[in-house]
Amino acid sequence: MFSLTPDEWTAVVLSLRIAVVATVVALPFAVAIAWVLARKNFWGKALLDGIVHLPLVLPPVVTGYLLLIWFGRRGVIGAFLADTFGIVFSFRWTGAALACGVMGFPLLVRAIRLSFEAVDAKLEDAAWTLGANRLLVFATVTLPLALPGVIAGMVLCFAKALGEFGATITFVSNIPGETQTISAAIYTYTQIPNADAAAARLVMVAIVISLAALVVSEWLARRAGTRFHGE
Amino acid sequence: MLAVDVEKKLGDFSVAATFEAADGVTALFGPSGSGKTSIVSMVAGLVTPDRGRIVCNGTVLFDSARRVCVSPHRRGIGYVFQDGRLFPHMTVAQNLDYGRRMYRIPADVDERERVVTLLDIARLLDRRPGKLSGGERQRVAIGRALLMRPQLLLLDEPLASLDASRKREIFPYLLRLRDETVPMIYVSHNAAELRRIATTIVRIDDGRVSGVGGAERLDTADGDLF
Repeated sequence: MFSLTPDEWTAVVLSLRIAVVATVVALPFAVAIAWVLARKNFWGKALLDGIVHLPLVLPPVVTGYLLLIWFGRRGVIGAFLADTFGIVFSFRWTGAALACGVMGFPLLVRAIRLSFEAVDAKLEDAAWTLGANRLLVFATVTLPLALPGVIAGMVLCFAKALGEFGATITFVSNIPGETQTISAAIYTYTQIPNADAAAARLVMVAIVISLAALVVSEWLARRAGTRFHGE
Repeated sequence: MLAVDVEKKLGDFSVAATFEAADGVTALFGPSGSGKTSIVSMVAGLVTPDRGRIVCNGTVLFDSARRVCVSPHRRGIGYVFQDGRLFPHMTVAQNLDYGRRMYRIPADVDERERVVTLLDIARLLDRRPGKLSGGERQRVAIGRALLMRPQLLLLDEPLASLDASRKREIFPYLLRLRDETVPMIYVSHNAAELRRIATTIVRIDDGRVSGVGGAERLDTADGDLF
């Protein structure tokens, strides 16, 4: 019988929570930046594009280290957020979510930007002449038409967040019950003797969650897609 | 009543057009690439002129000297595009209601019924644009623009993307539309079409107005007037 120990359950639930929070919080920022990159031309656009993509190409440890410097308790942003809003990242699950969100961000922006670019700007013009202001054009035409891509981006970001290891462990360490995700737990189990079974169980869980995310996203994207072509 | 006086440089090409359009159907007539679509895009507000002035029914929509430029969603000008541009993720009924809702006009069952009957699209209401023929799509696009109660209707080559039989199918609806009270700007390069629908012809060549006159001055023999 396949059953997880309480410690393993904790790691699984924590991973899911971190991945969901990372994806949901990153989404509005990603949508805004993707729209700007898809529809606007401005000085410094290439730079913004580069910064957004940086976590994709940097070694994750470097990203984690930069987060530690900026968002740690003594970091510029970290100290400000802790003093002003009481939001603390260092060695908390929230820090893990931040690291995962940052690592998944380029994937999210990429997918959403491509789907925005695929929306015919002529339809947006038509909506504009029909009395919709910029925001309503976006909400009633651009976003609904780009929905399959937004969903695909969210799944990619979720999957990335679930599997994130390097940046998370560098930034918030590997604390069971607080920052120890499935990936970190598997790593820990491989470092101690006679824990192969525990590692194997978590590996199975990781595979199942990833597959489920893919199936659900495929289903959602299909549903969103059929709406355009009609029944 | 529409008064247009605009200049716009578009790469190597430039538009510099001055004309007035009274009630009825004013045609912008000229060969492809003569700048007709650029002119109506400026009237709609989708393209901003470099210089000039556009006044519609006493309201200044654009005036470069006074730095006035009303956004398209506040101009109250209906635009029927050559390619229809129906929203693919909405039903025909939702497309028809879109402009009315965006302009916050209360639903009027009688008015919608009248437009739906005028354009003969009652049986299409639940369908998606992807399942419509070209002619049906164009009729829905006209209905969508009419239902926002425009002060002016722009029709940019509404028949150009249709084959001959579709043109014959949709033309009677356009003639019926002429008898509505909404003034129209009708863009076309087809003289035969305009002889039947237009009240005034504004001839456009190479971005300039090269002649203005009544529809009777159109010569169908070579389709080339003035």
